Amino acid sequence: MSHLAQAALWSLVVGPAAVGVGLAMIRRAEPIAVPLSLTVAAASVAASVAVAVARPSVSVPFLAGVDFALTVDGLAALLTPMLAVVTLVVLAAAAGEIRRSRARFHGLMLLFAASATLTVVAATLPTLLFAWEIMGAASYALIGFWWRAEDRVSAGLTAFLTTRSADLGLYVAAGAALAGGAGLALADLAHGSPGWRHVIAAGILVAALGKAAQLPFSFWLSRAMAGPSPVSALLHSAAMVALGGYLLLRVRPLLAATGWAAPLAMWAGALTALLLGAVAVAQRDVKQLLAASTSAQLGFVVLAAGADAVAGGAAQLIAHAVTKALLFLAVGGWLAALGTARLAGLTGVAVRWRSVGWSATVGALALAGIPPLSLWATKDVVLARVLEESPWLYAVGLAASALSAAYAGKLLVVIWSRAPAGRRGAGGTYRREGDTAGGTYRREGDSPGISGPRQAPLVLLAVCAATAGLLVLPPVGAVVARAVGQSGGFHVPWAELAISAVIALAVVLLVTRRPPPEPRWALRWLGLEAAARVLFVRPALRCADALARFDDRVLDRGVGLVSAGSLRLARLAGLVDDRWVDAAVERFAAGTRRLGRLARRPQTGRLHQYYLQAVIVLVVVVVVLVGWG
Amino acid sequence: MSLLSLVVFLPLVAAAALAAVPRLGDAPARWTWVAVAAVDLGLIAVLWLRYDTPPPGQLAFAEQAAWIPGVHSSYHVGVDGLSLPLVAMTGVIYLACAVYALREQHRPRGQAALFLFLQSVNLGLFVAADLILFFVFFDLSIVGMYFVIAGWGHGDRGRSALKFFLYTFLGSLALLVGFIGLYVAADPHTFDMTQLAAAPPLQGRPLAGGLVLAAILLGLVVKTPAVPFHTWLPPAHTDAPAVGSAVLAGVLLKMGAYGFVRVAMPMLPQAWRTWAGVVTVIGVVSVIYGALVALAQTNVKRMIAYTSVNHMGYVILAAGVAGLVAADTAPARGVAVAGAVTQMVSHGLITGALFLLAGVLNDRARTYDMHDFGGLAAPAPAFAALFAVGAFASLGLPAFSGFIAEFQIFTGSIAAAPVTAVVVLGIVVTAALFLRALQRVLTGETVGRSLGFTDLRARELWSVGPLLLLSLLIGVVPRPLLDVIEPAAHAVVGQLGR
Repeated sequence: MSHLAQAALWSLVVGPAAVGVGLAMIRRAEPIAVPLSLTVAAASVAASVAVAVARPSVSVPFLAGVDFALTVDGLAALLTPMLAVVTLVVLAAAAGEIRRSRARFHGLMLLFAASATLTVVAATLPTLLFAWEIMGAASYALIGFWWRAEDRVSAGLTAFLTTRSADLGLYVAAGAALAGGAGLALADLAHGSPGWRHVIAAGILVAALGKAAQLPFSFWLSRAMAGPSPVSALLHSAAMVALGGYLLLRVRPLLAATGWAAPLAMWAGALTALLLGAVAVAQRDVKQLLAASTSAQLGFVVLAAGADAVAGGAAQLIAHAVTKALLFLAVGGWLAALGTARLAGLTGVAVRWRSVGWSATVGALALAGIPPLSLWATKDVVLARVLEESPWLYAVGLAASALSAAYAGKLLVVIWSRAPAGRRGAGGTYRREGDTAGGTYRREGDSPGISGPRQAPLVLLAVCAATAGLLVLPPVGAVVARAVGQSGGFHVPWAELAISAVIALAVVLLVTRRPPPEPRWALRWLGLEAAARVLFVRPALRCADALARFDDRVLDRGVGLVSAGSLRLARLAGLVDDRWVDAAVERFAAGTRRLGRLARRPQTGRLHQYYLQAVIVLVVVVVVLVGWG
Repeated sequence: MSLLSLVVFLPLVAAAALAAVPRLGDAPARWTWVAVAAVDLGLIAVLWLRYDTPPPGQLAFAEQAAWIPGVHSSYHVGVDGLSLPLVAMTGVIYLACAVYALREQHRPRGQAALFLFLQSVNLGLFVAADLILFFVFFDLSIVGMYFVIAGWGHGDRGRSALKFFLYTFLGSLALLVGFIGLYVAADPHTFDMTQLAAAPPLQGRPLAGGLVLAAILLGLVVKTPAVPFHTWLPPAHTDAPAVGSAVLAGVLLKMGAYGFVRVAMPMLPQAWRTWAGVVTVIGVVSVIYGALVALAQTNVKRMIAYTSVNHMGYVILAAGVAGLVAADTAPARGVAVAGAVTQMVSHGLITGALFLLAGVLNDRARTYDMHDFGGLAAPAPAFAALFAVGAFASLGLPAFSGFIAEFQIFTGSIAAAPVTAVVVLGIVVTAALFLRALQRVLTGETVGRSLGFTDLRARELWSVGPLLLLSLLIGVVPRPLLDVIEPAAHAVVGQLGR
């Protein structure tokens, strides 16, 4: 059994990854792409249930003395099946929506799903980082899936660069863990030496906040909405962003051990929930609304990690994942059918497409926190725990809950209002909205269709979105709390649940009467992307240009000057050589020649002249010798 | 003749034969090159399979014969965990180049002979266990590459080739001065590398040790290259033919980096420890500076050339950190050095592939400028796929060899010297520049020189594909490589402690 379970765990990662890469790289795979990917995804669902029950661990030696280790603990046992199911549902729904380049789409989605699963079950930092970064790269390729539109590709670039900048935290954390001496296993990180522990916690916190699109990194999620809707349904609801929050739930002993990381995570989560909730309320573009709401809802997960409400956090993660996947799929279908991105463009769609409309309504009501639907219960289990820590944080959390009721209500009002969307027709034109960072959502070449078999996944997700709250309510709640090792046991905060239910109902009713305000700062996502551009991107580019100029004009010129200098020196040496050294040699030679000519003079061939010369020489010799003596 | 010598000299013999048969047609010459490179790679595979990690301070497949007894220099060769991976990488790159050049029109016989000659001297350098032998191979490779650039290059090739030659030749002279310093200081005098590493000369003589190290370092950083001695690299790459660039970046740059771990660190441990801080700073500066300057480039080949400065900066950083000896950081420093050797292999494979792909741009469109292209993914999907894979591999994405290398370098360096954490910024800048290049060249509407662009041909696919596949293999299953590298890396760190 254990061998079988271990094989299932490997297959959960290796299967989708191998098939995904194959599909993405082999062009002839087009006709079999959809059936193959659905088969693999279905097999993964079975395997995920198996590993959730058997809880196996596997490992192989990897690098730096650390294993490539996968393990299914209580938390992973909850998340893995959810991930597999949402993947299958989204792929099934996407089969109708993505008609071209299916092999590439399904291949990348499977690769993404494999890396997301690996992130969930990773037991060591290198394994986690391995999965974490592939997840980011796959998301880049999926956001820029329609690569002919440059703005979509650059949206993918923004998402990848932002999350990778945050990922640097994981690299630093890995170095600190190696130095800290407790090893690179996630479970051991809290036991590192005290100094290094702070660095590890800081690094992981930054990486997680980046992936979970928390403040101040949230803006990348806004850009990421340029991708196809099924991509958002998986990446920006159930998987990538959610796993940022998951990582913090995973390492909560480390956060607690540092003393400062847990409160910091709580505040980051609470403020994100509040501010991005306000951003969501202000959006006029429906995918932007959903994206901002994703950040806000994950804020509650991060809050849970800081407050040590692991069971509530995990339940919130799952409930939000199914709810948001449902909403993205439903809304994506409508947007595609109507060719618009504006919220106002969806007026009355629920009336026109009843079945999808009811599914989406369940999702929106769950998002609003209306009892007895899922997010009502999960969010308040977290908030009740927070109340024990700090009433201020609780107040912020309640305000954030009210905002989620407001934006969900805004969505409900639009889709159920009576102005018939049908007249607008499929030719509705797209207009770029104000300063929202979204791109165009008009699909390329795919015909709309939200009927027939595509509704089955939505209904399934709606059922889940309605009932996922059971994870924190008796009797399942106690089992979950025990499985994830929730400290302090299991209890139901009935009072808090009642308060938030009243607030949610009141806010939704209020929104049906009066449209909520749309302040500019919120419409522009707090100006975060502009700030990142001004503070980081532009200085980096300017610095790069300056250094490139320096490289060409100073360093390379310096080398050129040195070589030019040596040439000039050589020419000088040549000159000296010609004018002085060689001239001296020439003069010497000329002198010698003159001497030779002189020496030739006496060689006349006349005997008497020779005698005379001999006499002269003798006289000179005698005179010299006498003079010497 | 032992197997190792056969591996080294087989290409040289083939080169001589090719040069000696002027009547040989073009096609047989090209295929001879492919066949010899393939056989040599097969022999290297045999070598790898029969390799057992030798005891510290010794070499596997060692072979020694008298050569210049007057100065105690001998023909001494052998491999260990530092050199065997580089030997294998060299064999792979040359085979890829041979396949890529199967359609070369310009004097293919001469090109084949020249590259086979270069392959021999490169392999010889990595297996050399004698400083004179090392130096001879070092210099011959410079000569060979000069002719590659000047003979088969394009653009301002004469000037670039001359610049390359003079600059790196000057560096090699500094290296020779250092080697002679080692010889003179050794007692008894010797050029034998195993003996010099076993009993390092100049211990306890900081001034002389520092001067000899300075000479050797100068020679090596010019070749590696490190900032500020890197400006010969961009023009040499830009004007070299694709296969020349692949060999230059893939193999020749490694000769400098290899010199750090093979010569400078084990033979001058004390001086290295003294100057490790300086080396570390050079590494950090190269990483950041190389990445930023690459970000500003619009010429694809120049951009890749500057990313080489960045990637080799990681190697220098790890080598520097290895010398920052402190209590209980030895395992971390060993991880860094293992990462450095992995990086040499990884950079060879990935950058080799990228340069071959850049060659395709020039082959089809006669330009490397990003702005001349757009939407290339439509006419050339295979090119786009491989270029994207290569770019992601180069920016250190997990599942490729670059991640294995850089993760080890980062964790080892940060654990041993926390301030070096600043180099992680390099991977964000590299990511930015590669994704920007991908976006400009491959995506958007198909415009400019992308129109009518022919997709990869079989020979191009079969040369670039295997390089990237190998990088993927190392990235997913790193143990076979790391099992060879790690003992040698930890041995180097042990030698530095003396």
